[in-house]
Amino acid sequence: MEAEHIEVAGFLNQFQPFSGLPQETLNSIAQQVEIAYYRADSNIFNFGDEVHDLCMIRSGSVEIYRRNGDLYNRLSAGGLFGQMGLLMNNLIRLPVKALEDSLIYFIPESVFIRLCDEFEAFAYFVEMDDHSNLQHAASDKNANSLMVSKATMLISREPVSILNTATIRQAAEKMTEEGVSSLLIVNAASPALSTTLSSPLSSPLSSMTAESQEGEEQQMVGIITDRDLRTRVVSTGYPLDATIDQVMSTDLVTLDVDAYAFEAMLSMLRYNLHHLPILDKGRPVGVIAISDIVRYESQSSLYMVGTVFRQNSVEELKLISEEISSCFVRLVNEDANSHMIGSAMSVIGRSVKQRLLELAEEHLGPPPLPYCFLALGSMARDEQLIITDQDNALILDNQYDPQLHAEYFEALAHFVCDGLAACGFSYCSGGIMATNPRWRKTRHEWEACFADWIDNPLPEALLNCSIFFDLEGVWGQTHWAEQLNIFVAQKASHEPRFLASLARNALSRTPPLGFFKNFVMEQDGQHRKSINLKRRGTAPLADLIRVHALAVGSRARNSFERLDDIIKSKILPEGRISDLKDALEFISMVRIRHQAIDIEAGRTADNNIEPEHLSEFERRNLKDAFQVLSNSQRFLKFRYPY
Amino acid sequence: MTRLKSREKHTIDWSQRVKEQALTAKDTRIRAFYEQGAVAADTPLKEVTFVALDFETTGLNANEDDIVSIGLVPFTLQRIYCKDAKQWILNPRQHLATESVVIHGITHSAINNAPDLMRVLEPLLAALAGRVVVAHYRYIEREFLHAALKVRLGEGICFPVVDTMDLEARLHRKGVKAFVCRFFGRKPLSIRLSDSRARYNLPFYKQHEALTDAVATAELLQAQVAYHYSPDTRIAELWR
Repeated sequence: MEAEHIEVAGFLNQFQPFSGLPQETLNSIAQQVEIAYYRADSNIFNFGDEVHDLCMIRSGSVEIYRRNGDLYNRLSAGGLFGQMGLLMNNLIRLPVKALEDSLIYFIPESVFIRLCDEFEAFAYFVEMDDHSNLQHAASDKNANSLMVSKATMLISREPVSILNTATIRQAAEKMTEEGVSSLLIVNAASPALSTTLSSPLSSPLSSMTAESQEGEEQQMVGIITDRDLRTRVVSTGYPLDATIDQVMSTDLVTLDVDAYAFEAMLSMLRYNLHHLPILDKGRPVGVIAISDIVRYESQSSLYMVGTVFRQNSVEELKLISEEISSCFVRLVNEDANSHMIGSAMSVIGRSVKQRLLELAEEHLGPPPLPYCFLALGSMARDEQLIITDQDNALILDNQYDPQLHAEYFEALAHFVCDGLAACGFSYCSGGIMATNPRWRKTRHEWEACFADWIDNPLPEALLNCSIFFDLEGVWGQTHWAEQLNIFVAQKASHEPRFLASLARNALSRTPPLGFFKNFVMEQDGQHRKSINLKRRGTAPLADLIRVHALAVGSRARNSFERLDDIIKSKILPEGRISDLKDALEFISMVRIRHQAIDIEAGRTADNNIEPEHLSEFERRNLKDAFQVLSNSQRFLKFRYPY
Repeated sequence: MTRLKSREKHTIDWSQRVKEQALTAKDTRIRAFYEQGAVAADTPLKEVTFVALDFETTGLNANEDDIVSIGLVPFTLQRIYCKDAKQWILNPRQHLATESVVIHGITHSAINNAPDLMRVLEPLLAALAGRVVVAHYRYIEREFLHAALKVRLGEGICFPVVDTMDLEARLHRKGVKAFVCRFFGRKPLSIRLSDSRARYNLPFYKQHEALTDAVATAELLQAQVAYHYSPDTRIAELWR
């Protein structure tokens, strides 16, 4: 009777690259497997050993070393090793040692070769070394997702353009003829007319001004859309014989051909664009419309934002905000990195805030004075996740008179903050909200307030104020927020006492270094046996990065972008900055992944992590990440002495 | 010292015993099995070829109950060879009690189509011959096979067994520590297969499937040797 190794086949089936294989193939692999037990700390392979099997960890964990003794990788249950040896002369180049008591399945070379021949996905998987690192296992099924596709994939046709000397009527006729909702406006001759471009995301966005060296080349100078024709021409009765360049949009946001689809999505979200031109070396190759993305992904965050703006009451907003967590889970499953997820969640949170403010103004009537509604903390840093407090404040016009205006702004703040709470953004326990009269100040008062914090720094006074140094305008006179940022950036870098106080506060929360051997647990009642990854990891990292960023006069708010500015200033060695980036990314992703797992399991997501829910790999890398944080905190103390 | 001596006295010289059996065995299959011999008592473990053996039975009494399935897997201290594993479901002479169906999941209909032990005796003994049998709780495997053959052929069988449960008992049920525990009425450590495996950080397997239990037993012996013995330990220290 044929012996069936149910346990072995069942185990193989749980892991890539075996999980996609037919059952009879799994059974036949299982029948060929050899098994061996290794006690913790025993060597599995030494350098130069012959290898004739693909090795899979059934239980326990192993460490793989470089020849100089440096750790190369750690693998836990389901992890594979030995494949590189099989592909290269059957010699082990990186020694392997059991970290814990481990049971290893050995899959003979002949089986390995047959699988590579018969199953392309299998061959692909084993030839790509180092899968364990970021749990790529899930990405294959999402090969078409916005995360891994280029933006150009969304382009459905050649761009349609018209000269800037054409009339509005001619432009409209061409749009009708071609059946497009947008038209690029080009200027054949003079490059002098080229527009300034805003640059929303750092890398892939191109500046198209310097291109077009040859005089013949047409230069894109603007864009006109259906909506522009409605709002700027028809509703205002603009003469149709006027040239199109008088009504086109010139404040262009564009994307380079190399950009990814998710970057297109984020740019459109951030700038609330419906059309995004894609350029190849400054030459337009296509225009992505919002409908292209929505068609592509009906559950995308972009669709979510569009929906937010169509809700007409707090109750309706509350209903659709329940969808935010499925957006979040989807991004995680698509292998988005923490920056993408943080940006997407911040954009969604921001649009809920913006819609609430629109509704508040409908409800309360137009504001008696110009104002700016501020987002503080993680939303301003584009690092918002699923569990988040609302931290906000108001900048009021200098004409503000409490006698006349307090009532309106009080009501406005309550409308927005209560609405946010209803949509799942819980009230800030520290009272940093626009409902608190203390955080509704005029522009002068805010400047005075920041000047006071910076000139007379007391660690106690600054303790709860650090999030004010991550601020962003989300509604109204948003440029006031930017001016405040500039004010702070210029002032702070010259004030060593302020930086020292801020640094001291940044050291108040330390990483749980005893993590691996002996878990340092949070003491609060509900999560007895857990570590708060926000409080002990991402928050102290953001604090630390903020101090350096303010010291170098950076106006960036996102921690990764701040680190880029810090690199330029050379106050930290470059290696240390990339360590900080890795640490922030790793801790954030563990936090994010575990929130996604909680949501998918129908539990309430939180920032706490129970040690038994961590994989061996996560544990080990968290330990390294916490070590990076700890070392950087020590350096902070030294760099900004109190 | 006296205790050590008494244990020595009970230790059988299996190599000699098997040679004697080969001369008296009547059935050709059994004689062929004995003729493969048993390894010498002072063979180091690293040179021994083992075979982990597990039976599922209709009950616990070797004289009344019979074997329902057999799982076996050959192995050494270095590797367990799944490709040489064997598994049979058998038609027992004994009626299959409903309680035991619950345990091993082998149903009456599966058994009605299964062969009698005699039909698989040749490949079974071939898989065991020349190897040291390893079982968790040796009384089941050795005594059931002996009894089953005695009923069918009029002669039984005997062979050395390394009993992984016995090895656990030696560690946890004997000695001063175990005595103190018992004296204070503490429950002794469980030496069942899955509990024993857990002590060596071996994974949990679904139990009572003969082949899986055989593999589980082979893994356990590898772990026990890694922890408590050495590859140079003599086989005589382990087998019974």
